[in-house]
Amino acid sequence: MRTGTKTAERGGSPRHTAGETVCTVRGLVKTYPAARSRRGEPAAAPVRASDGIDLDVRRGEIFGLLGPNGAGKTTLVRQLTGLLRPDEGRVELLGHDLVRHPERASRLVGYLGQESTALDELTVALAAETTGRLRGLDLRTARAERDAVLDELGLAPIAGRPLKKLSGGQRRLACFAATLVGDRPLLVLDEPTTGMDPVARRAVWAAVDRRRAERGATVLLVTHNVIEAETVLDRVAVLERGRIIACDTPAGLKELVGDDVRVDLVWRDAPPLEVPEVAALRDVAQETGRRWSLRLGPAEARAAVAAVTGGPAFAALDDFTLATPSLEDVYLALGGREKGLMKG
Amino acid sequence: MTAVSAEAVPGKAPAGAGPRPWSEDGGAAPLAPRARLLPALAAVYRAQLSRARVARIPLLFVATFQSVGIMILMRGVVDGGAEARAVVAGSSVLVVAFVALNLLAQYFGQLRASGGLDHYATLPVPPAAVVLGAAGAYASFTAPGTAVTAVVGSVLFGLPMTHLWVLAAVIPLAGAALAGLGAALGLLAPRQELATLCGQLGMSAALLLGVLPAQHMPAPVAYARDLLPSTYGVEALARSFDAHPDWLLVTADLGVCAAVGVVSLAAATWAYRRAAVR
Repeated sequence: MRTGTKTAERGGSPRHTAGETVCTVRGLVKTYPAARSRRGEPAAAPVRASDGIDLDVRRGEIFGLLGPNGAGKTTLVRQLTGLLRPDEGRVELLGHDLVRHPERASRLVGYLGQESTALDELTVALAAETTGRLRGLDLRTARAERDAVLDELGLAPIAGRPLKKLSGGQRRLACFAATLVGDRPLLVLDEPTTGMDPVARRAVWAAVDRRRAERGATVLLVTHNVIEAETVLDRVAVLERGRIIACDTPAGLKELVGDDVRVDLVWRDAPPLEVPEVAALRDVAQETGRRWSLRLGPAEARAAVAAVTGGPAFAALDDFTLATPSLEDVYLALGGREKGLMKG
Repeated sequence: MTAVSAEAVPGKAPAGAGPRPWSEDGGAAPLAPRARLLPALAAVYRAQLSRARVARIPLLFVATFQSVGIMILMRGVVDGGAEARAVVAGSSVLVVAFVALNLLAQYFGQLRASGGLDHYATLPVPPAAVVLGAAGAYASFTAPGTAVTAVVGSVLFGLPMTHLWVLAAVIPLAGAALAGLGAALGLLAPRQELATLCGQLGMSAALLLGVLPAQHMPAPVAYARDLLPSTYGVEALARSFDAHPDWLLVTADLGVCAAVGVVSLAAATWAYRRAAVR
């Protein structure tokens, strides 16, 4: 993986790839038609799942799509993999017009969807081999690639077991293995590490890194996991209601929330509201059971920590943490703004 | 049906090359080769067949016991003659209807509802390979059960087993017709429950119209019987119990099965295309 020239710096675009775009999306619109009303259920309004999306993904980068459920991430990804035809707009993948030739996507993209039903009753080895054969590999190549990928991901010991009998994380890893058999320049991964333990996660990211270092592969990743997004992604687009509301490196996005600090306080029992400093904090805190979450400026954060770690408040304190902002804070800040605009 | 050639972009993408950089030479990137029809069909068939070991063996037992049970019940009502032949032939073909029509309709209905078709739709595989591979595998699942039922029935009703080799033609042809029908139903049904329902109804029709002797049926039911593709498999098998079967009629019956098979598998392939890209 460390080839010297190709390894990308985390949080920045890989040097060797600057400017070269592999995936261009312009003005993408997709509306799901209104559901007809049934007895007792009112008709649902049409949903604009992609609402004018523009996107550029550069060669060799790990590009993330981050957003809440229903933000339109999967709809966007399905249009990039030729599974769904957009109503309007343009999708260009490695020089191919996917709106006119959606069938070409299968020859350019390795896709890991959220469902594994097509592979569930196969063994891990057969799932990988069959997928390779259906990607156009001959039997010998499919078997060789299958063995290499299963070894790479540490799946060899369970190669003979059906996916159905595996744990969720192992099954996900087996599906990821099937995605890798049959080389593709673009990998589209829809929440690849759901349910995986840290060892499996590391195997996934090492395999992804190897492919982009050795072959310049590009990865488009759909994720909910903000912590993982921060450590893995080169750039991230934040989706909300079918629109991209921000797109930058994770570091660039974090600058949006300035140098706010996140303070989490967990009380043993009831919060000591008789302490005036604590009572004041309650107004800005988000309360979840015994936990208070606060986003404060650095000076306020220092004062708050001083107030709760000294004097009578400390006796009531069970635990506290102090953290720099994460993508989650960025995401909440952006999402909050969007909601406010909608209401206003 | 489609026969897709191994067309890769000439001189650009050698199949099966090892790791190589995905370079852009100014224009569009090379496309990876498509999977060809026959190798892809073989891969799907093999994968589907392997599912039998995991999930289908209990169901195959159910299919066989059901048919044997029906024959034992009918043993009390029917004794010998044309009716006995119809019962044995109908029960044998019922195994094919149970697995190829009912279970395949359920499988494709479930695959479509759960988004499992996306897996195939994002691979460069000809639609016909997916449909024919699955249909072929389900038709193959039926072979042991059908043979066991036919032999048990022949013993039970004292029928000659001389021409039971005709099963070697009845199983694949009736299998093709019913599996094509099952796949088309599963892929066309707007909801998974409807696919299951259609599969069950198709199997019930094959049971009632195939096993019950045709002579006593009212005219509309007899017409329905003529419309059901499994009927021709039943007739072909029933005729082969004669001491001197009329091979021309047997061939004609099997020809109907084959024709329905071609049409229904083509319809299923079309339905697959429609279901895979929404």
